[in-house]
Amino acid sequence: MIQLVFRFIIGGVVVSLFAVLGDLLKPQSFAGLFGAAPSVALATLGLTIFADGKLYAAEEGRSMIAGAAAFFLYACLCVHLLARKRWGAAAATVSSLALWLVCALGLWLLLLR
Amino acid sequence: MRIHFELAALKKIKWQEYAIRFLFGGAITAVAGILANRFGPVVGGLFLAFPAIFPASATLVEKHETEKKQNAGMAGTIRGRQAAALDARGAAMGSIGLACFAISVLKLLPVCSSAVALLAATAVWCTISTLIWRLRRVARVP
Repeated sequence: MIQLVFRFIIGGVVVSLFAVLGDLLKPQSFAGLFGAAPSVALATLGLTIFADGKLYAAEEGRSMIAGAAAFFLYACLCVHLLARKRWGAAAATVSSLALWLVCALGLWLLLLR
Repeated sequence: MRIHFELAALKKIKWQEYAIRFLFGGAITAVAGILANRFGPVVGGLFLAFPAIFPASATLVEKHETEKKQNAGMAGTIRGRQAAALDARGAAMGSIGLACFAISVLKLLPVCSSAVALLAATAVWCTISTLIWRLRRVARVP
C-alpha cells in the first residue's frame, strides 16, 4: 500500500512537471508534443528499476513500443474528430481512449503474448 | 513561429487544473504498477504509453481559447476546437518520439546505468519529437 501511495505521488509530480512545461511553451502545436511526453514512463520505470531491476524495466520498454503505436493512432483519431467532425475536446479525447485500448491490447495479442 | 516560453500562460491556469493533472498522472502511474505486478511487465509496459493527461490538457486548451475569444466578444467554440486539434497534432508527433524513447529504454537499460539510460531515452524523445515538428513546419503540412 505504501509503495502504491509512493507511485501515486511520484507519478503525479512528474506528470505535473511535464504539463507545466507544455503550458509554458508556444506555439500550440509544439506544446502539444508534451501531451505525449514520457512522464508516466519515467516515473514508473524509475520505481520499477529500484524494485525489480533493470532487465524487468527493459521488458516494460518492449511493450511500451506497442503502447506508443496505439497512442499515435489515438492522437490521429482525436485530430480527425476535433478538426473535421467538430467534436468538443472532452468528448473526442475521452471516447478515443477506447481506440488506444483496442490497439494496445491487439498489438499485445498479435506480437507480444 | 519560433519556439518560446510564455510565462504569462501560468497565470491563466487555476490550481484545480493542476490538481486534475496531478491526480490523473498519479492514478495512471499507480495503475501501471498494479497491472505490472498482477500480469507481468509486458502488460504493465503497455500502460507506460497511456494518454494519461492528454484529455485533460486538450480540454484545458479548448476552454482557454474559447474564453479568450468570448472575452473579445466572439463565440469562440470553433477556435477552441481548432486549438485542441493543434494540441492533438503535436501529441501525434510526440507519440513517434515516445516509441523511440521506448526503443532506447529497451536497448540501453541492459548495457548502461539506469540514470544514463533514462536520461538518454528522454533526450531521444525530445530530439525526435522536435525534429518531426520542425520537418512538418518546413514541409508546411496543414
